[in-house]
Amino acid sequence: MSYIAKPIAHHPALKKNELGLTHRDYEGSMSTLCAGCGHDSITAAIIEACFEMDLPAHRIAKISGIGCSSKAPTYFLGRSHGFNSVHGRMPSVTTGAAMANRDLVYIGVSGDGDTASIGLGQFCHAVRRKLNMTYIVMNNGCYGLTKGQFSATNDKNSPSKKGESNPFDAIDLCQLAIQLGAGFVGRSFSGDKHQLIPLIKAAIAYKGFAFLDVISPCVTFNNHDKSTKSYTYVREHNEAVGNDLDFVEHQQEITVDYEAGTSTAIKMHDGSQLVLHKIADGYDATDPDEAIHTIRKRAKAGEIATGLLYVNAEQQDLHDVLASDERALNTIAASELCPGSKALEAINARFR
Amino acid sequence: MSGINDFVIKFATVNGSGSASANGIFAKTLFRMGIPVSPKNIFPSNIQGLATWYEVRVSGKGYLARRDGIDLFVAMNPQSYAEDLKAVVPGGWLMYDSSLPRKWGRDDITIIPIPIAEMCAKKWSDPRQRQLFKNMVYVGALTALLDMDMGVIQGVVADQLKGKEKLVAANMTALELGREYAMANFECPLPIRVEKSEMAKGKILVTGNEAAGLSAVYAGATVLGWYPITPSTSVAEAFEKHARRLRTKGGKNMFSIVQAEDELAAIGIAIGGGWNGARAFTATSGPGISLMSEFLGLAYFAEVPVVLFNIQRGGPSTGMPTRTGQPDILSCDYASHGDTKHVLLFPSDPTECFALGAEAFDLAERLQTPVIVMSDLDIGMNDWICDPLAWDDAKVHDRGKVLTAEELVAFKDKKGAPWGRYLDIDGDGIPYRTLPGTHPTMGSFFTRGTSHDEYARYTEDGSIHARVITRIRRKFDVTAAKLVPKPEVTIRDPKGKIGLIYFGATRPGVLEGLDELAADGFKLNSLRLRAFPFTQEVKDFCAEHDKIFVVEQNRDGQMRSLLMVEAGVPGDKLVSALDYSGTPTTAKFVREAILSDLRPAKRQAAE
Repeated sequence: MSYIAKPIAHHPALKKNELGLTHRDYEGSMSTLCAGCGHDSITAAIIEACFEMDLPAHRIAKISGIGCSSKAPTYFLGRSHGFNSVHGRMPSVTTGAAMANRDLVYIGVSGDGDTASIGLGQFCHAVRRKLNMTYIVMNNGCYGLTKGQFSATNDKNSPSKKGESNPFDAIDLCQLAIQLGAGFVGRSFSGDKHQLIPLIKAAIAYKGFAFLDVISPCVTFNNHDKSTKSYTYVREHNEAVGNDLDFVEHQQEITVDYEAGTSTAIKMHDGSQLVLHKIADGYDATDPDEAIHTIRKRAKAGEIATGLLYVNAEQQDLHDVLASDERALNTIAASELCPGSKALEAINARFR
Repeated sequence: MSGINDFVIKFATVNGSGSASANGIFAKTLFRMGIPVSPKNIFPSNIQGLATWYEVRVSGKGYLARRDGIDLFVAMNPQSYAEDLKAVVPGGWLMYDSSLPRKWGRDDITIIPIPIAEMCAKKWSDPRQRQLFKNMVYVGALTALLDMDMGVIQGVVADQLKGKEKLVAANMTALELGREYAMANFECPLPIRVEKSEMAKGKILVTGNEAAGLSAVYAGATVLGWYPITPSTSVAEAFEKHARRLRTKGGKNMFSIVQAEDELAAIGIAIGGGWNGARAFTATSGPGISLMSEFLGLAYFAEVPVVLFNIQRGGPSTGMPTRTGQPDILSCDYASHGDTKHVLLFPSDPTECFALGAEAFDLAERLQTPVIVMSDLDIGMNDWICDPLAWDDAKVHDRGKVLTAEELVAFKDKKGAPWGRYLDIDGDGIPYRTLPGTHPTMGSFFTRGTSHDEYARYTEDGSIHARVITRIRRKFDVTAAKLVPKPEVTIRDPKGKIGLIYFGATRPGVLEGLDELAADGFKLNSLRLRAFPFTQEVKDFCAEHDKIFVVEQNRDGQMRSLLMVEAGVPGDKLVSALDYSGTPTTAKFVREAILSDLRPAKRQAAE
């Protein structure tokens, strides 16, 4: 069976959001990934984030490349248009889509093979372009659909299930994203809903390029004792940096009183706020150098730095840079786009 | 020897020396005098230092093909002296900078020595000016030698340098310097000279790439992803230039252009834009086509409209980046793995780049598929005399079958079946599409390059897969073949059984060659292809003729193969005439290729 629809009926008492929609309205078809796959947890977190943010699903476009991760968009937001493009090329398709219509929310889903190998160039340039999108990498360190080969994010000291060692150094996508100028960079773990959901919400609300590297264990090929991308390893070595994040939407008021000096609020373009609660001293998520330093320092100690690693709330997005019309370009009438015969006569005159 | 308004002049200069604008002024002046001219840039893949040529055929009769045999050579580049000398026809002329005098060793031509560098050194002190004005000095000499209209050239210089009045005066001084020297030292004008004419009246002088870029503005394209590659770059640049002037309001742009990281991203951007309801396009050349192939297959199978301008150049591989050709017929027609087929359009001059360029956007959206406009370096980068660009204000862009929210709601009642993204309701093979964001609960679907059923659901069921790709084939064979532009058929002999098929930039050479052949007593009927898939007219033409020459600029007779495979024309009927030297096809080539087949006995005797 290649496609499994989910039953539409649901319990009448299910909680509804401001749009009168239930959680179920944000789901997609049944997942065909392996039972226990980290990707399904990320799918659930995306559904939860969109539900809680009261996002109209049809105003979201979900775009992916090729691989297990890129299948995932079928399993969430069934009311959204999706585009499963070609391997490693999600960023360019998303770029074109965003150029055509600036009013939609763009969620790009990719994997570590899709982003760190075949699509590394496209990833880098999407970051550089400051594309207004949420770019989620479901990172399991291996190629699942082709039976477990190493990917470029697999740590050097992390052997395969069969015990083969990995000869090459890993690419750290968060460091790369920060270095290339991404305005919002976070890392999380598929098994940490508490951390992941607010990060996804904040990334979606962020205007500009928001990148989330989510470690998502591959239960079939990369969840063994010696893997650094296994559930056990990530749970034991997950070090949330500096802050615990609360995402506060613009229409909401901050009702909880935070202890003075323990929280910082960062205001985003749309008026929503990121409230960062200090859990350790001294981490400044607005400093890219510190972010890179911290990631490297933790990695050296065998730990994985997670949380909101870097944010620049002031950044412009691609449409600002290109000075695009405020309207979605795909809504502008032909009469405004086509200059007409009179203008053409003037153009012809210049060719005489 | 040719005469009034009938000669070929060629300029040899050094790339990057500023000669291009002087040469352009020369050609434009003749054009404004009403004389048909066809300038051809023959340039190296280089920024500065290598030899470059500019060849202008002047033809009072309006023949615009390149012609071999140079009547007047302006040899300004010692690097290429030896080669240039050989190109001059007996009885012809060669002008050179005699500041460094030399013996040319040909007594069948007339040498016109002008000490240009010396004259410039005396007149100007700035080294840059000394260099730049050399070009205007030789043009000045030509005004006397060819009897060009000084009032006209002054107007051309003024237009070219609008807003830089000081430069206009300096350029005119340089012109006068050359003109006076020629008057004082040679018998002016030469037997070959120009005369005002009406033949070019009402025409424009423009490159195909400029017209192609403009076509996208007129077609309402808003998304462009591109990557620089010769000779396509100026398509994107022209779009940007004209869009900035015509589509900017209050500092905001009603277009969006991204210079991508490579050709893969360029077409990915165009496909993303097309998927999201914008008219989107890209432009590239041979190597870019190879890189874009995977994406073209996706757009074909997922049925996403996108327009691609392929400005062809010599291949294979990097090939001849600055020489022309038609070597991408098969690679574009069948671009991508699996069973794919693409709609191709073949403009033959800039006017048609504009018309077919705009039509490509309509066809892409109507057929929900990539449409490739097959121009080339000759059309794209050379100035052509052609009809003015025309736009009918009554024309409405055909956006194809895109459902609004209301149409989506009413779909089942109206059409008798629930909507499915890939469901062929109308029997033309074209399903209805929806754009992201249309309706809160209806019309969403998952676009994919993996196999899918009529409702866009992933499938591994072979019978469904076969059904879907059969329907796409039908869309191509039946519907596209009716919608694409029809060929241009010219019947010279209603009873004639010999025909000729051609397309694109070979048009001037073919038409002139056919005129010459008619004078020889061979009246061939001709058909100029304007599109693939082949329409019924193409099949009829092939059926009505016993022998058909196929003129094309590639080694393997790619269009001939396509006619055999896709129009079912027997191979023994089709005779290839292949010109893949990288230079524009001449009438002589066409004539000789045909005569060598029609008069084999004579050819053998000559051998």
